[in-house]
Amino acid sequence: MTAVSVHDVWKSYDGRPVLERLNIEVEEGAFCAIVGASGCGKSTFLRLLLAQELPSRGEIRIADADPATEPQADRGIVFQRYSVFPHLTVRDNLIFAAEIAASRTLGRTWGRTRRNLRDEAEATLERVGLGHAAKLCPSALSGGMQQRLAIAQALTKKPKVLLLDEPFGALDPGTRATMHEFLLELWRETAMTIFMVTHDIKEAFKLATRILAFDKVRDDPTDPGAYGATITYDLPLDDKTEKDAFNGPN
Amino acid sequence: MRWINRRPRRPAAIILALVPFVIVIGAYVIASDIRLAENPSDRLTPAPSQIIDTFVMLATEPDRRTGRIPLWSDTWASLQRLLAGVAIAAGIGLVFGLLIGLLPFARAGLAPFAAAISLVPPLALLPILFIVFGLGETAKIVLIVVGIGPFLIRDLSQRVLEIPSELLVKAQTLGASTWQIALRVALPQVLPRLVQAVRLSLGPAWLFLIAAEAIAAEGGLGYRIFLVRRYLAMDIILSYVVWITFLAFLLDYALKSLSRAAFAWFHGGEDL
Ligand SMILES: Nc1ncnc2c1ncn2[C@@H]1O[C@H](COP(=O)(O)OP(=O)(O)OP(=O)(O)O)[C@@H](O)[C@H]1O
Ligand SMILES: [Mg+2]
Repeated sequence: MTAVSVHDVWKSYDGRPVLERLNIEVEEGAFCAIVGASGCGKSTFLRLLLAQELPSRGEIRIADADPATEPQADRGIVFQRYSVFPHLTVRDNLIFAAEIAASRTLGRTWGRTRRNLRDEAEATLERVGLGHAAKLCPSALSGGMQQRLAIAQALTKKPKVLLLDEPFGALDPGTRATMHEFLLELWRETAMTIFMVTHDIKEAFKLATRILAFDKVRDDPTDPGAYGATITYDLPLDDKTEKDAFNGPN
Repeated sequence: MRWINRRPRRPAAIILALVPFVIVIGAYVIASDIRLAENPSDRLTPAPSQIIDTFVMLATEPDRRTGRIPLWSDTWASLQRLLAGVAIAAGIGLVFGLLIGLLPFARAGLAPFAAAISLVPPLALLPILFIVFGLGETAKIVLIVVGIGPFLIRDLSQRVLEIPSELLVKAQTLGASTWQIALRVALPQVLPRLVQAVRLSLGPAWLFLIAAEAIAAEGGLGYRIFLVRRYLAMDIILSYVVWITFLAFLLDYALKSLSRAAFAWFHGGEDL
């Protein structure tokens, strides 16, 4: 089944195209890595997928539904920074979505309901290795822990599509490798479609089932902003041998 | 080592902090001594001992006419006005700040208006307030609200706008409505900033309070100062000035402690 279909999408700011002629169909359960030079519009593409911004032209459909006009719960997002609520404890960050759903008027719960939600969150926290940090504020967590929390939080609504914008960009190689395992595990369990922006080509080959490279094909030397970037390579990595060849034996 | 890298140790820092106070108080004592030596009945620079005597008298002896102890009844009257005015202004600042900061429609409709009224000099409105609200408490409280409200609205809307858009987007992907975002994301994020803004506006609030009391009141710290000015009672005026300064310090300190206790997540090191 097609999870995401992008049809002739353009995005311009002040009449200057940043992205142009984007056309892709992504299968449900795919893991797409998005690579490309700085400033070529990768984050912009994620914002379009999220419906945080709307395309200047064309349309994006998720699971064949009508194009969304604002962010909604069928797509989750993890930013490089500011992804979790700094004023809530780790545990309360995780139950935020459930509290919102449980109480329309106040957006929060008390007493037994709250205790139940927190108990449920306990299991998830253990799962993502934050059990000991349940009552801490996010600012007290390391970068890797914060990103684990951000991913766990984004998954609380069971989104069809998970968008990750350089989620591990600020982590050391060791932590990053652990995070890769963590993410792959979650991905296999949930069968969601993932889009991940990364500058690390090795990371892209290691994780993804498909690599989308963004670049400008048309260039006007006298006016660098005249044309936008598009998807120049769309490389499926379904073939496991291809990935292993790149990753090398280890 | 460069001067920007040299830091005083703790005892040195305390001594440095005391130096300006010692200089100012010392200069006053010397000036007062010289003047009193020339003319023992001089009223402009009463000796420190006399200021203290006066302060004790103001704080302990009931006024012959009203039967109340002036310092406490004035303090109570002024604090009521000040706190009412500041609380109302803070409430208005918070509500409009959230509206302007979160809702583009409210921003389009209200931000230019808020910017315009913040340019109106509040003291120029004082006569109008006295005419409209009479000489009672209302006019004084309204002056404080008019005086610091626009600043609070503008500051708070700016703070709401500064909330990282990532957080607002994240809340939307977690299913939150506009109202829920206001309540569970924006409000808790700006409350500590509200306390900061209120701390900054306490100075102007005192100014407007004293100005209003100076013109029309039956009691209050500003009323007393301007009443005794006619008799050149410098000892009373100075007592009150020190007392008001001390009250202002206490209020500021209370707000700072409150913020630290209530918003631990916000106070990650930095502080003023
Ligand atoms: N809101 C905006 N208004 C105007 N221009 C914008 C806006 N957002 C992005 N741009 C422009 O679009 C281009 C692409 O930005 P984007 O953030 O998507 O790049 P990126 O590929 O994510 O880069 P990086 O790898 O550095 O994160 C940039 O030239 C940027 O200046
Ligand atoms: Mg980016």
